[in-house]
Amino acid sequence: MLTDILQLLIYGILLGSVIALSAVGVSLIFGILRFAHFAHGDLMTAGAYFALFFMTATGASIWLAFPFAVLAAILVALAFDRVVYRRLRRTRPVILLIASIGVAFILRNAVLVIWGPDITVYESGIKPPMRFLGLRIKEDQLIIIIGTVLLVILLSLFLQRTRMGKAMRAMADDPDLARITGIDTDRVILWTWVIGAGLAAAGGVFLALDTRLQPTLGWDILLAIFAATILGGIGKPYGAIAGAMVVGISAELGAGLPGVFGADWSLTSYKPAITFLLMVAMLLWRPQGLVGGRA
Amino acid sequence: MPATVAAAGRAPLLAVHSLVKSFGGIRAVDGASLEIPAGSITGLIGPNGAGKSTLFGMVAGFLKPDSGTVLLDGADVTGLPPHRLFARGLVRTFQIPATFDRMTVRDNLMVVPAGQSGESVWRAWVQWGRVQTEDAAIRARADEVLAFLSLDHVCEEYAGNLSGGQKKLLELGRTMMTEPRLVLLDEPGAGVNPTLMAKLREHIRTLNRERGYTICIVEHDMDLIASLCDQVIVMAEGKVLARGSMDEVRANAEVRAAYLGGVRDSST
Repeated sequence: MLTDILQLLIYGILLGSVIALSAVGVSLIFGILRFAHFAHGDLMTAGAYFALFFMTATGASIWLAFPFAVLAAILVALAFDRVVYRRLRRTRPVILLIASIGVAFILRNAVLVIWGPDITVYESGIKPPMRFLGLRIKEDQLIIIIGTVLLVILLSLFLQRTRMGKAMRAMADDPDLARITGIDTDRVILWTWVIGAGLAAAGGVFLALDTRLQPTLGWDILLAIFAATILGGIGKPYGAIAGAMVVGISAELGAGLPGVFGADWSLTSYKPAITFLLMVAMLLWRPQGLVGGRA
Repeated sequence: MPATVAAAGRAPLLAVHSLVKSFGGIRAVDGASLEIPAGSITGLIGPNGAGKSTLFGMVAGFLKPDSGTVLLDGADVTGLPPHRLFARGLVRTFQIPATFDRMTVRDNLMVVPAGQSGESVWRAWVQWGRVQTEDAAIRARADEVLAFLSLDHVCEEYAGNLSGGQKKLLELGRTMMTEPRLVLLDEPGAGVNPTLMAKLREHIRTLNRERGYTICIVEHDMDLIASLCDQVIVMAEGKVLARGSMDEVRANAEVRAAYLGGVRDSST
């Protein structure tokens, strides 16, 4: 039984990793651009399909396609920022939020038009999972978890050590003060999209690798991403990572535990409901996030 | 004590001509004109409601004047936003000190200078070595500033945890990260304990004498103004009432009338 619970934990960490990569971006964008970016899930989808495009076009492996997908998603995000968001920057946040829902529709339908509605995978064929102390984990899944850890370390080094990272934190802390102390806010915004979209694409590829490619890949997980962002305290990227792990693990545990304890029913199809309950509970009782006192 | 106007005869660094600003029906600043000579410490005083803060806000780009002009070193900068003025060397501090509370004291200083290559997306990756050298130089400069202000022992502390007085020092430190031409200090003494006040006063004097900063101070503390300022400008009812050394201003009957004992000169 302990093994079964540990197995669920691994699945939870796996789901949490994918959510974390995107939630960091949502949190950064909220902190710096001050709006909830609803197109983030579909940016993940676009990233996942860019990888597929590169693989089919060149015959390369998914790992060669990965940097291409990241770069392409960054360019798409920068294009949307230039064409849509930048024009609305001086308006109210709710207008940017609605605009991002529009961008989400554009992205999702572009994927539908280009790649069609069918479910597909990067590489067909079934690879047997590795076994370790009775736990099962696939090679891809191990790479996803290690890849996420590496990306989070890179992000942390960027935010803490580089002056651009410091400028981003400064702008999230106090945008007006950042402007008048000479911080180039346009560059900060550019970097926010580079990091946000790059990590979203990484999350999208990982999610598609673990499950399957479909046009609603990212949209379906957007609720979990927002839940993680809220759990971590909106605008705090490290909080978002912790929040993502809480969401991922509780969704998997909640769905799988009844089975572990011998129930003949399962909550698997209620994973989104568990996430939703978590988000509502947080908004009601701790809207400032799990850690830290200030809102 | 200093001469009446230290740099008389030289072109003023800041020249304000007939500035007007109304809020509703009230003319907070009503045709004020003044000049700040390069290299001076100028005190801006006046009773409450005299329009000092409004004038200050307009010079620093936070308020748009209804009419009038602001010239910085001969160039018209009227109505420019604060970050453009920053680029031209005009920096300010706030009455209630503004700091990046969720960042360390050192990081608060390190984010200041603009136009570093560490902020360019492409160069950050292409010329990593150069960026690192620059960052090291900026860090060294930040540490130098912190040592000068005796804030080095709290350099890793979050700015949000500093006392009000320490935040004022940190703001002063922020101006030192650039090579400012004109520093506007908004009530630097407000809410600062006497020990820290003496320090602050020394720092301001050093920055003026040794680094050549031109400084303008809005302040209610007459002792601070009297001990620091080369020239004092007195405002009342939105206009400039008098200008001269502290002694000259003190002797001015109009100035005495304007204060009406409301804010008594603490040294008499």
